[in-house]
Amino acid sequence: MARTISYREAINEALAQEMERDESVIVMGEDNAGGMGSPGEMDAWGGVLGVTKGLYHKFPGRVLDTPISESAFIGAAIGAATRGMRPVAELMFIDFMGVCFDQIYNQAAKFRYMFGGKAVTPVVVRTMYGAGLRAAAQHSQALYPIFTHIPGLKVVVPSSPYEAKGLLIQSIRDDDPVIFCEHKMLYDTTGEVPEESYTIPFGEANVAREGGDVTIVAIGRMVSVALEAADELASSGVEAEVIDPRTTSPLDTDTILESVENTGRLVVVDEATPRCNMATDISATVAQEAFGSLRAPIQMVTAPHTPVPFADSLEDFYMPDAQKVVNAAKAIVGWKR
Amino acid sequence: MTDTLPSDTAYELNPDALLAAYRTMRTIREFEERVHEEFATGEIPGFVHLYAGEEASAAGVCVHLDDRDVLASTHRGHGHCIAKGVDPKEMMAEIYGRVTGSCHGKGGSMHIADLSKGMLGANGIVGGGPPLICGAALAAKLQGTGGVGVAFFGDGASNQGTTLEALNLASVWNLPAIFVAENNGYAESTSSTWSVAADNIADRAAGFGMPGVIVDGFDFFAVYEAAAEAIDRARKGGGPTLIEVKFTRYFGHFEGDQQAYRADEVARARETLDCLKRFRGRVTETGQLADHQLNEIDNEVDRLIDDAVTEAKAAPKPTEADLTTDVYITY
Repeated sequence: MARTISYREAINEALAQEMERDESVIVMGEDNAGGMGSPGEMDAWGGVLGVTKGLYHKFPGRVLDTPISESAFIGAAIGAATRGMRPVAELMFIDFMGVCFDQIYNQAAKFRYMFGGKAVTPVVVRTMYGAGLRAAAQHSQALYPIFTHIPGLKVVVPSSPYEAKGLLIQSIRDDDPVIFCEHKMLYDTTGEVPEESYTIPFGEANVAREGGDVTIVAIGRMVSVALEAADELASSGVEAEVIDPRTTSPLDTDTILESVENTGRLVVVDEATPRCNMATDISATVAQEAFGSLRAPIQMVTAPHTPVPFADSLEDFYMPDAQKVVNAAKAIVGWKR
Repeated sequence: MTDTLPSDTAYELNPDALLAAYRTMRTIREFEERVHEEFATGEIPGFVHLYAGEEASAAGVCVHLDDRDVLASTHRGHGHCIAKGVDPKEMMAEIYGRVTGSCHGKGGSMHIADLSKGMLGANGIVGGGPPLICGAALAAKLQGTGGVGVAFFGDGASNQGTTLEALNLASVWNLPAIFVAENNGYAESTSSTWSVAADNIADRAAGFGMPGVIVDGFDFFAVYEAAAEAIDRARKGGGPTLIEVKFTRYFGHFEGDQQAYRADEVARARETLDCLKRFRGRVTETGQLADHQLNEIDNEVDRLIDDAVTEAKAAPKPTEADLTTDVYITY
């Protein structure tokens, strides 16, 4: 039965249900319980944003707090995954990939291939991304394109509570390494989520809204931005089709191409900075595979090529928003050769 | 470093175990000497880093390991692979880039692995292995197998953050992990006397709340003893140990290294410190083994490595169809 819960609760529920189902599922990260070795209460935090709250007492010995030592514990999660465990490691902010990236991209991502197909590394790295919390340049980036670039990794960017639960359960059951990117501004958003366990398969985009005039592909939090834009476009008679790829690796190019073949117009909305991001990747694929269907130039709505600024005024300019998406869509709906 | 042999260790091992240890070291030596020769012909592609001279470390540690245990190695990994039971023929085929290799030709010398043997791979990244071994040890602890994780790493990796973080985490989590710092004197061309700020790598153990031990790496029995104590403690829940094994590598950093940075230490080591010579001297002196038994192993190993090279050269290379397989399990 579905009820309305938050993105945070949906992730917590997915973890709890999988830990209940499978003893090999363990959780590790900084302050995932909180209070380790301290005089006060245990499970004081449940992660820096409370996502893992309650799991420590519910699953004794299976929620492991770590020192602030990402190389060691992300590597440990990967090593444990090669030995029959299904670790879910929390990399608090995706920006911290810089201090543990080797373990992810040179180790976990490559084991299967460089060991001749013999390695199985079912590790999940849950990590918080995105701007909006005035957290400035080192705690706000949308770095999923970097992981998407690496063969051997699967990359998940859930856009809603429903997506988060089903995609996280799939991530935990998946036998390949998965980077699970949670947008920090989505944690308190709510939506209908089934109580029972369910999975959403990777590489199958969700058509979040149907429309025949323009295709808008949006990643993660940008799906809600795109839907808001679609509402406004509809009021001026433009019907937008909004596609949420759900996973950037694998990427469901079929659904995107099919939509563009119908609409002839594409806007890609990507919170990542503009060089070598999902917008350029998807645009290139469409330009190559569906050139004949395009009736107007592709539009990319992204963050600018800058670090994420601190001041609220600047960060608001930095973020793609519904108005920018509307403007991009209108520009190509009315485009004449 | 001490040249003194531990007093009674040789007697702890029965003749079969001694023969097995000798076979391991002899196999590694012959494998590496032969790769050295074959590399010079230009037939072996890529980068190759040889373990010759360091055999007592891999053999002295791995003799204590079984199927529950996991090992992470380095770019200089052939010796660890052989000591953990990886098939030398498959290894040779891998080094030649053949489809019959341990990794079907997709890994090469720096990525030989056999997870079915608990060999988590040689590793092209200096310091790549120790965090992984924390995880393998954690899995053994949570699963209650009694298994341990062993991370071999070099003096170069002893300065990497990954290694130091792993030492800390292993102590914080009280993991059944053993960290074996193989100090062969050089990280590439840079002397460890310069790059390691402490007098000894093992001195750093104190900073991570674990025992640190220094061992003469040319002495199989010294390594055997130190590893026995550390592994036993780990299996019983006593936490991690850092063992520093000191010795010299017989070849360059990689094959093709002209080694202008070195003095004459290799000739001296080969002559007076060599682990195989000392092992033979020790076990024949005590009368536990006779020369002819060891000679027989020498001959068998020579034939094995001959066959390994012949078969590797004759084996097919991977084809274009293999290029995109095994990136994912499902995609």
